[in-house]
Amino acid sequence: MSVATAPRAAKTITRPGGTLYRGHEGMWSWVLHRITGVAIFFFLLVHILDTALVRVSPEAYNAIMASYKTPLMGLGEIALVGAILFHALNGLRIIAIDYWRKGVKYQRAMFWTVVGVWAVLMAAFVPRQIIMILSEVPA
Amino acid sequence: MMTTIETPRSPYARTPRRGVNWEKAGWIYMRVSGVILVVLILGHLFVNMVLGEGVKGIDFAFVAGKWASPFWQVWDVTMLWLALIHGANGMRTIVNDYATTRGMRGTLKTLIGVSAVSLIILGTLVATTFDPCPVVPADQLELLPSFCETL
Repeated sequence: MSVATAPRAAKTITRPGGTLYRGHEGMWSWVLHRITGVAIFFFLLVHILDTALVRVSPEAYNAIMASYKTPLMGLGEIALVGAILFHALNGLRIIAIDYWRKGVKYQRAMFWTVVGVWAVLMAAFVPRQIIMILSEVPA
Repeated sequence: MMTTIETPRSPYARTPRRGVNWEKAGWIYMRVSGVILVVLILGHLFVNMVLGEGVKGIDFAFVAGKWASPFWQVWDVTMLWLALIHGANGMRTIVNDYATTRGMRGTLKTLIGVSAVSLIILGTLVATTFDPCPVVPADQLELLPSFCETL
């Protein structure tokens, strides 16, 4: 039995073909989408439980919310907002790849657009959040 | 006995499937719910984390003020259902990709399903049966929203 040998790919091809999920922006955006998705999922589980404390008593809810207002959790909130913003923007990019005729052609440009919009939104949120964190530190 | 040999190069015929294509339904669900969630969650973050005092302003009175209005109750319950199903389906995809044994896949997907269903029920009950002015001990009266004083 002989093994058919595929013709060797032309040397001009520098990028693996066939899928935009292999290598470069296509792959790393996919990796980040998974990591942020898992992180957001676990936060969501906790967030529903902490919010459910409003049904226990105002005191119980305020006690758990106080733990969200510490400097450490303030940094965690920056990470959370960063994860949510990336997942949201990259999700829109995925939809554009799937449904827009030119989506695949512009997927790399769209990835860097996602990064750019993410940076702008984070630049708006982070300074305000840091001021909030610092104002919690006892003088 | 005769063996039928297909005509060479006859086009590949996909075996017709019966019933609902759930994998496709899930694929579409991720995109449809995703677009709605972008609006709902970014709105949620803006109102809770940016407007006013940000996270510092969130306490029982803040939640009571929001959920006194059906608008925010509908907003939050919609967000709860869409996000948990979206997240659970995403976790299911990841488990299918990385869990190597059938038993592990079954266990993890059962855990994901059970937590999603129970938290959807819990969250829906919390948001829809919420009382912004509950009966509290006297020392907790100040934790209630100011509109409770007029009741």
